[in-house]
Amino acid sequence: MDILNLIRISAKALLRNKTRSALSMLGIVIGIAAVIAVVNLGEGLKQSTANQLSDMGTNLIMVMRANQRRGGVSMGSSNVQSLKVKDCELIAKNAKNITMVSPVVNSGGQLVNGSKNWSGTVYGGSPDYLEIKKYEIATGVNFTDEDVKKYAKVGVIGHTIVEELFDEGEDPIGKTIRVGNIPFKVIGTLKERGENSMGMDQDDLVVMPYSTVQKRMLGVDYIQQIVCSAASEDVAEAAVEEIENILRASHKIPDGGDDDFEVRTQQEMLEMMSSMTGMITTVLVAIALISLLVGCIGIMNIMYVTVTERTKEIGLRMSIGAKNSAILLQFLTESIILSLIGGVIGLLLGIGLSYIVALVMSLPFIINPLWMVISFVSCAVLGLISGFFPALKASQTDPINALRYE
Amino acid sequence: MSTPSIIKVENLKRTFIVGSEQVHALKGVSFDICQGEFVSIMGSSGSGKSTLLNILGCLDQPTAGEYLIDGISVRERTKNELSEIRNRKIGFVFQSYNLLPRTSALENVELPLVYNSDVSHKERHERAQHALELVGLKDRMGHMPNQLSGGQQQRVAIARALVNDPVIVLADEATGNLDTRTSYEIMSLFQSLHEQGKTIAFVTHESDIAVFTSRTIFLRDGHILRDEPVATKSATEALAALPVENDY
Ligand SMILES: Nc1ncnc2c1ncn2[C@@H]1O[C@H](COP(=O)(O)OP(=O)(O)OP(=O)(O)O)[C@@H](O)[C@H]1O
Ligand SMILES: [Mg+2]
Repeated sequence: MDILNLIRISAKALLRNKTRSALSMLGIVIGIAAVIAVVNLGEGLKQSTANQLSDMGTNLIMVMRANQRRGGVSMGSSNVQSLKVKDCELIAKNAKNITMVSPVVNSGGQLVNGSKNWSGTVYGGSPDYLEIKKYEIATGVNFTDEDVKKYAKVGVIGHTIVEELFDEGEDPIGKTIRVGNIPFKVIGTLKERGENSMGMDQDDLVVMPYSTVQKRMLGVDYIQQIVCSAASEDVAEAAVEEIENILRASHKIPDGGDDDFEVRTQQEMLEMMSSMTGMITTVLVAIALISLLVGCIGIMNIMYVTVTERTKEIGLRMSIGAKNSAILLQFLTESIILSLIGGVIGLLLGIGLSYIVALVMSLPFIINPLWMVISFVSCAVLGLISGFFPALKASQTDPINALRYE
Repeated sequence: MSTPSIIKVENLKRTFIVGSEQVHALKGVSFDICQGEFVSIMGSSGSGKSTLLNILGCLDQPTAGEYLIDGISVRERTKNELSEIRNRKIGFVFQSYNLLPRTSALENVELPLVYNSDVSHKERHERAQHALELVGLKDRMGHMPNQLSGGQQQRVAIARALVNDPVIVLADEATGNLDTRTSYEIMSLFQSLHEQGKTIAFVTHESDIAVFTSRTIFLRDGHILRDEPVATKSATEALAALPVENDY
């Protein structure tokens, strides 16, 4: 008996019992939909972290203050004052793989323009800060090294600040606004960037010369962070090593001593984040796979019931010349068709589901083709397995008894 | 005998083992059925009629004895070979029709040919149509079994038994579920098939049905009691003679 014929026989048998066929598919549909949705969303989550990190800067390398054990006392990293502007200068001068360096000092503050006010964050950096962090000037200009030297009271403001502190159509350039009680002049505005993938507003910031923030606002001589741009992604590792050597020498850290700073590349942060999302995804996929397994047991169950209920049909088919193998194949094919159709519906449902969730959570929508293939093949295999024993039972029916069966 | 024998059984025995007991359903049965014969197999309940018919239909194997169908010995055949014999040489008609539910008359009739890879899709269709015409259901081909009366369903079943052009049609109590009038109609159909040259073996325990056949084999307790020709009555005439009380 040829395969087309077999499929026709099985399809007809399934169509004779539409409701039951649909119900027995349900488990597979839900299982596959869950697997596909979870895998796609996991992929989206991974992509979104990657996007987010590459949004953070150009081949960004961050140097952070680190907890250093001193005499057994661990200090909170925010109290560590180990990073100085001098460190930036040393990196700029000596690290060959670094193209741009900027110190970072930030301070929260109430921003006031006449009757309008808004609480925002002020970032102090070098003129390179904007480029390192991938911000672009929309109107006006960036501040200069000269401004840094003079502790100039100038700043560049993000789009959110423009909207909150200025009337529509009003040009902020040249206006003086206050942060706390320190007035400063707006010399530039930044191009709008919108929310990052974690939903944080990237336009809610003021960037000023770091010296201004240090001296005029915070009254400190240390800095909180150093941000650098490596010449390219490939030299990021080498750049990290350079920075570490420079800072260890500058901080006079003995061999084997704890660093009082921490250097991280964008790539490392990406790996850290994606290993986390990867773990979550794995757990969810495992749960989804269990539901798929339950779906298969459902098919097996229904196939057993079907075989018993169709004893008479089996007897008749045998009496008119169906071989045992033909009966076996028919029921196997039925279960494979069921699980494959269920699989396709589940696939579409899963894609739809992940699309909607991605839309709602503003994640990138990504289809993982490998998993589509995996789940499709596993559907066929699972259909084969869950259909095998019921089909075997069917093929071992004694036609004489079966024909008498009521 | 000039006509070739389609069925030849010799000293056929069938013993069932139930627990520690042996049930001798057939205790040595011998007869021939020749081409074109219309044989009824009669006997009281438990006399071995169905057992015999199951063996003739290659659904069951004899414990002892020889059985040849169309010149082929059935002994020591594999299950698959028996399936093939059933598919090519035998047509079954059952008491309870055994049509596939929610499947059109035409598709029900096509079913035996589905298991014959020598028959193309198109030929299957044509032969099924032809078989349905033969039983007078030309205009009911698309009907589902539940849209047909019992008699019509049995006609579909008969068409299904004819579609593979079998050497013999085997019927077990084919009129058992039908009222007298419909039974006579079915017998009239069998008679006309017989006239067209079909070989038919018909199990029944009603003597007023057996009179429409041309030969009767009486079974009792696993033995052949009598094997004799019948003074055949015409079912069509019997139908005409029925009182019209049931027709309103
Ligand atoms: N599978 C079986 N196992 C055991 N005994 C059986 C089996 N099939 C039939 N028999 C026995 O064989 C004998 C003949 O049975 P069979 O069904 O052939 O009778 P029958 O003539 O067809 O009767 P009826 O007119 O009631 O259909 C009975 O005694 C029955 O109990
Ligand atoms: Mg019987």
